[in-house]
Amino acid sequence: MARTMAAKIWDDHVVAAGEGEPDLLYVDLHLVHEVTSPQAFEGLRLSKRRVRRPDLTLATMDHDVPTIGGRAAADEVAERQMSALEENCRREGIRLYGMGNARQGIVHVIGPELGLTQPGMLIVCGDSHTSTNGAFGALAFGVGTSELEHVLATQCLRQRRPKSMAVTVEGALPLGVTAKDVALGIIASIGVEGGRGHVLEYRGATIRGLSMEGRLTVCNMTIEGGGRAGMIAPDDATFAYLKGREYAPADDHWDAAVERWRALATDPGAIFDREVSIDAARLEPYVTWGTNPGQSVPVTGSVPAPSTETDERALRYMALEPGTAIEAITIDRVFIGSCTNARLEDLRVAASVVRGHRVHPKVRAMVVPGSASVKRQAEAEGLDALFREAGFEWRDAGCSMCLGMNPDILGPGERCASTSNRNFEGRQGRGGRTHLVSPPMAAAAAIAGHLVDVREFN
Amino acid sequence: MEPFTRITGILAPLDRVNVDTDQIIPKQFLKRIERTGFGPFLFYDWRRNGDFILDRPAYRGASVLVTGANFGCGSSREHAPWSLLDAGFRVVIAPSFGEIFKSNSFRCGLLPAELPEPAVRELITLSLQEPGMEITVDLAAERISASGFEAGFAVDPFFRECLLNGWDEIALTLRHEADIARFEAKRSASRLS
Repeated sequence: MARTMAAKIWDDHVVAAGEGEPDLLYVDLHLVHEVTSPQAFEGLRLSKRRVRRPDLTLATMDHDVPTIGGRAAADEVAERQMSALEENCRREGIRLYGMGNARQGIVHVIGPELGLTQPGMLIVCGDSHTSTNGAFGALAFGVGTSELEHVLATQCLRQRRPKSMAVTVEGALPLGVTAKDVALGIIASIGVEGGRGHVLEYRGATIRGLSMEGRLTVCNMTIEGGGRAGMIAPDDATFAYLKGREYAPADDHWDAAVERWRALATDPGAIFDREVSIDAARLEPYVTWGTNPGQSVPVTGSVPAPSTETDERALRYMALEPGTAIEAITIDRVFIGSCTNARLEDLRVAASVVRGHRVHPKVRAMVVPGSASVKRQAEAEGLDALFREAGFEWRDAGCSMCLGMNPDILGPGERCASTSNRNFEGRQGRGGRTHLVSPPMAAAAAIAGHLVDVREFN
Repeated sequence: MEPFTRITGILAPLDRVNVDTDQIIPKQFLKRIERTGFGPFLFYDWRRNGDFILDRPAYRGASVLVTGANFGCGSSREHAPWSLLDAGFRVVIAPSFGEIFKSNSFRCGLLPAELPEPAVRELITLSLQEPGMEITVDLAAERISASGFEAGFAVDPFFRECLLNGWDEIALTLRHEADIARFEAKRSASRLS
């Protein structure tokens, strides 16, 4: 019977399936970070259990880490979490790429760049943006701390088989429209709970035409549309990206791996529980105006009139008047970073907009690379100098102002153009106001001092 | 995990949709390395703004929360259900939940009970009209009842059993040790080495 890619990967990981019970699935790769793991390790200790497969577990530090001043700049509680992770990894024999390590970075950035993330794998992490890894044709989703403890102890996870949703995007992307806009366009179309209960498979020529970095951005935002996992069939672009990476299959295993990976794609005739189509030609650079990622309009648009009490609340929080042109909204801060948009390609695109300009005098702007490796590569290309000379702050890798667990936060009332994934109330700092945009849109806003259509910029 | 069979307690309404986990427990409180002590920080920013509905005297000590669709969307932080539990809640009633929140709730002993939108609306109205009213949530019978209100709800049978018995899910899985070992034997060696 014709199967979807998600079904193939699922079937390949079933350890036990009891009547009426959720399936017991095997986890190929478990990524761990400092914020959601301490209680799981503590639970293991209390029940006198050990980590079953430390060799399939890998940890990094990203959520709490300071992006300036090194570890000494971490506050006491963040330091306690980092020390706890070090101690837990040491005790259990888990590889840790902590602060100062050349491979450290945002967990969803380092998985792909180290070649850890591979097609056909089942990957979990205690973070909702684990869906990012689905860009390689892996089944990857976020889990909570109890499930994380379960994976540590058993290398398995108990899950009900989700439904499948095909999200097909066809057509050439208009100039100035990025993978981020594809993601925001999809969420606007299906709604913030449209994907609930489903694994989303992104398909169609537009998706196939995206770089691996762009595909990671699209899969990353899956959870913002309510889906726990998003995926894209692996193809030559996937294989070319993976080849030669540190943890990718070695040369003598490479051809066999590629052959296996090619068989993962959804079979012709496989039936999805739900199908959605998006016309790429109608996508535009989007800006969110509200407090959830579904509340967006094209940059050429204006703040909409509220149609629900939720909209009214969002407008009050964002201090916006209906009818205001998006381009008339002035900003105080710009954040280029996060697991959504802090890979090398994102920084290159932003830099190409910044070149020859300066950050607006009333704006404080920062670039936070997604990993230590991205930072090194960007510096090798001179992007750091370009950003700094333009007036951007150039920081060390971490989650930073995407969620503001480190000192990088918005002040109350500050308005930010951000390449991150959530514009929730207070997400980037209590009382802070977030407008989600693509990297080039964020760069252009930094220079203009207000939200601006990057297509008209220069 | 503490078994959950049936509780009777005060019903508190939070009439909002898409309440994300950043609202339930803001990130500045995620730095603890314990599972407890999050209760005082539940809905912290909203409480700090004053006149938050759950702080009204009639709703103090509530153990059942009724709220809008997509409750618990956003981040995977289990700190969200922990903070609700720590603040005394044992049940959240909503038309729908964020998937990871729902999964986390089952696993730490907070019951996410789904009722259709009109029934949720009715409960919100009732609890606003009669602040401090009591409600009974019976997981064994899958019934929710209050003065003038009666509804059935359905919970995943596996998690229902786990909650009713207070089972340790890891212990259940470890009974499959032979299956896991067999699966591992046919898998190739570690991919991380």
